[in-house]
Amino acid sequence: MTSRFDFFENMARMRRELDHILGAGGEAWSFPFSSVSFLPGRASRAYPLMNISEDKDNFYVDALAPGLATETLNVSVSGDQLVISGEKKPLPKSVKSEFLHRSERSAGQFSRSLTLSAPVEGERVEASYADGVLKVKLPKVEAAKPRQIQVALG
Amino acid sequence: MTEKTTALTTESPKTVADKTQATRDESLYLAPPVDIFESEDALTVVTDLPGVTKEDVDVRVEDGILTIKGKASYAPAAETLREEFQLRGYYRQFQLSDLIDQNKISAEAKNGVLTILLPKAEKTKPRQIQVTVG
Repeated sequence: MTSRFDFFENMARMRRELDHILGAGGEAWSFPFSSVSFLPGRASRAYPLMNISEDKDNFYVDALAPGLATETLNVSVSGDQLVISGEKKPLPKSVKSEFLHRSERSAGQFSRSLTLSAPVEGERVEASYADGVLKVKLPKVEAAKPRQIQVALG
Repeated sequence: MTEKTTALTTESPKTVADKTQATRDESLYLAPPVDIFESEDALTVVTDLPGVTKEDVDVRVEDGILTIKGKASYAPAAETLREEFQLRGYYRQFQLSDLIDQNKISAEAKNGVLTILLPKAEKTKPRQIQVTVG
């Protein structure tokens, strides 16, 4: 699977990644290590953590977000931009801080956006939330799908 | 409640962990973050176990040690472009004090959050003593 086309595509991708490491790209794609902060707590990290994969027809974005208030969960797409926002439920108000033995889980509102490498069809995006993992399936637009070229032998 | 989490691979004979079958894939685990809060009649442990189905949560109390175990089965749907998390197993232990009624512990899992209710034993609940003035 080494073709000239793949080579340039890979170079472009590497360049994009380097741009992001150096902070030149959109903050949505910042390299994980560059988001290390001196401040304690999880709030300074990108949240939720995401795994992104793709095949010929779709992008798949999986986000690790346990305990969301499902009515606040919001997934929106426009062109190649995906925004996921929502709120992780805090402990009930009846729990006063003096009752806490440990408080390691974070809570609150979040929003994270990312730019995909190709536009997607907004109407056909599917999202599901189960066991604290949000899975979004984003079909690429027809023009962005790889095309098989028939080679005429002669 | 004292933290009791020890690596499954340690050789100390004192922990419950060594009594469980230490298999190779279980040596890779995350200690999930917990909130623990106390009310008059119970302790509540809330922990995040994203990616673990209800069936794969394992909460047990043995020799006064609360063990939380979760098996996460997650695989990316297609060719990975970016990976920020990996899900394997979760594992954490806490030493319970005598004031917990170990027979009445209950747990509930919802949206990747496990809530364990540890009721206090009758005798340790505060009791109002009526003072008769006479």
